[in-house]
Amino acid sequence: MQRLRASSLALPLIAFLLVTFVVPIASLIRLSYYDSTVADALPLTTEALRNWDGQQLPPSQTYETLANELIAAREARTLGKIASRINRVISGTRSTITKTPRRMQRQSNPNARQAMIDIDSAWGEVAIWTALQRVTQTHSIRNFLQALDFTTTEDGSIGRLPENERVYVTLYLRTLGVSAAVTLLCFVIGYPMAYAMAHASKGMGRVLLVLVLIPFWTSLLVRTTSWIVILQQQGVLNDLLVFVGIVDDSDRLTMVHNLTGTLIAMTQVLLPFMILPLYAVMNTIPDNLSRAAHSLGANPLQAFVRVYFPQSMPGVAAGALLVFILSIGYYITPALVGGSKGQLISNLIAYHLQTSLNWGLAAALSVILLVGVFVLYVIYDKLVGVDRLKLG
Amino acid sequence: MKFKTLVLASAVMFVVSQTSVHAEEYVTVVSFGGSYAKACVEGYHKAFEAETGITVRLEDYNGELSQIRAQVEAGAVSWDVVDMEGPQLTIACDEGLVETIDEWNLPPSPDGRPAEEDYYEGSIRDCAAGGVFYATIVAYHPDAFPAKRQPTKLEDFFDLENFPGRRAVHRAPQAVLEMALMADGIAPEDVYEVLATDDGLNQAFSSLDRIKDQVVWWEAGAQPPQMLADREVSMAIAWNGRIFNAQMLEDQPFEILWDGRMIDSGGLVVVEDAPNLENARKFVEFAARPESQAGVSSYIAYSPTRKSAFDMVQDHAITGKPMKPHLPTNPDHKGRSLTIDTEFWVDRRDEITERFTAWLSR
Repeated sequence: MQRLRASSLALPLIAFLLVTFVVPIASLIRLSYYDSTVADALPLTTEALRNWDGQQLPPSQTYETLANELIAAREARTLGKIASRINRVISGTRSTITKTPRRMQRQSNPNARQAMIDIDSAWGEVAIWTALQRVTQTHSIRNFLQALDFTTTEDGSIGRLPENERVYVTLYLRTLGVSAAVTLLCFVIGYPMAYAMAHASKGMGRVLLVLVLIPFWTSLLVRTTSWIVILQQQGVLNDLLVFVGIVDDSDRLTMVHNLTGTLIAMTQVLLPFMILPLYAVMNTIPDNLSRAAHSLGANPLQAFVRVYFPQSMPGVAAGALLVFILSIGYYITPALVGGSKGQLISNLIAYHLQTSLNWGLAAALSVILLVGVFVLYVIYDKLVGVDRLKLG
Repeated sequence: MKFKTLVLASAVMFVVSQTSVHAEEYVTVVSFGGSYAKACVEGYHKAFEAETGITVRLEDYNGELSQIRAQVEAGAVSWDVVDMEGPQLTIACDEGLVETIDEWNLPPSPDGRPAEEDYYEGSIRDCAAGGVFYATIVAYHPDAFPAKRQPTKLEDFFDLENFPGRRAVHRAPQAVLEMALMADGIAPEDVYEVLATDDGLNQAFSSLDRIKDQVVWWEAGAQPPQMLADREVSMAIAWNGRIFNAQMLEDQPFEILWDGRMIDSGGLVVVEDAPNLENARKFVEFAARPESQAGVSSYIAYSPTRKSAFDMVQDHAITGKPMKPHLPTNPDHKGRSLTIDTEFWVDRRDEITERFTAWLSR
């Protein structure tokens, strides 16, 4: 009873997690494979196409049903959504759908078939009907296929897109590559920094801590833009190198608007997330253990590798996980300093959420990313052991 | 006792002040912010407030449809009037997120012509009016090239041999692909026909391939003038209003190549089920007056969409320099001009953006 009452204190937290975490992710997953927009808006056409064999044009009865439902959809203002769904299957058919009911009369259209073909010859081809049949299905793996650069050809078989049209797999791999590189760079720079902070005098340690935290108080955009000012060809760093004579004026280094710029800027932005957990863990490592190692005959390197470093591992594990996960979702910085290769998978997710409004595809892309990160997490757990992870 | 009175009094005053705020007539107008929003405020928002007594509450957004869509679908509309770009306008209209203009009384021109005749072709739409024309153009820094060999035509942007230097280009296919095709010898009137084919798309990409190594891609409209000023690039595909501001307000020596300009227009919409519907309609009707349009054009280099308004445009309100030479639709501009085909982009944007992204990654 006591325990029950105690755990009831956690109820608000559980409710909070449910509302802000479980429900959104569940609806996101559902969005990626479920879409009833067209089936809801064109119920009779959906019914009529259910048993259509897809070989020949549907009977004129189906044309009439569709014409009437499109006119009704226009009045109910759902036409745009229907058009955008079909447009995703055959690019360029959006206007076919929107203009057809605009030019047709309400009431019965005994000659709907001819009228529709007159408005747009696309209605005389099987392809648009196949597309229509496909979008009336409420459950589909269409979005997942597209998110992995696969496509369904007209005869219904599944194949990879031609090489010059593949987008998403390249971006997934690039995102993982950039995230791994940033994590490594953060570790290489962050470890000595955290060590210095943990072993400096109290006053000095505080100064260093403030220095690490200051970038947090500056807007992300400002930090990114200042990197452009520093790194660009006519920028501060190049000017300095030319002035010192290391680089020739006509041969200035290209350090931004490419991968170098992305790595430098992202590493700087994410560095505190590596340093802080490392610093917290290092603070708890007793000094006398290293001293004991020395007195037992270890040289400084041995003492560090065999005694100190293993004890700081929980901090490394936590910092690496934080930095890696954060960089996977990063996109503003790479978009601004990354040049032609500066787009990562999150840019495309944002594009489909905000601009193309293809939420189904955005959801599928996110689900794949989520699964990918989860798989990496499991591997990470096997290698490092998440129970060893420590934030301080 | 005294303290209690004080608390009570302030509580009453609070309630009173709240109700008086509530009783105020207002309209929520959402626009792109920056110098464009400022031009609208100076150009006609203030006049609107003075004439009608309705307060304009200005908000910024980044031009995306998602927020309007979410508001309408959730039945919790808080925006009244939204300034939109062409493609988004068409989609919003198709999807029924905004009112059609049948409900509005668009004011006639000063010489009595009805509004429908006074608008340039294509700039009055089913759901929007009162917008401006803007242009995507090529701008260059004159110091980047010898005085005898300044760029004169669109082709020069794609010619690294005779016009060396890096190029700033918008990281988006719209307008960029059209310019690439025009520079490759396609006549403006044929551009969209060519671009609709697979070969045409590949032709546009191979035209861009000529400069790809030297391109600095930009995301925000403020970037290209900055890159030109820093001499990070020698030429840029940019928005004419941004270049104009750099020329006028920052005394930058940039030049605009009007050849190959891509003209686009936006407009004001009234959101479906807007909370202040009457005020919203009054606002768009006021914004659609020729004087209002001319007012905007005296602050920023965007052209009115009404013919009668173009003639009313005066000098630049801040520097006092003549404004007409900087307006994108000025008939004195030489070279090719193409109006962005909104229908084409609404139909094909998703597919072409994917192709563009794939091309960028190669």
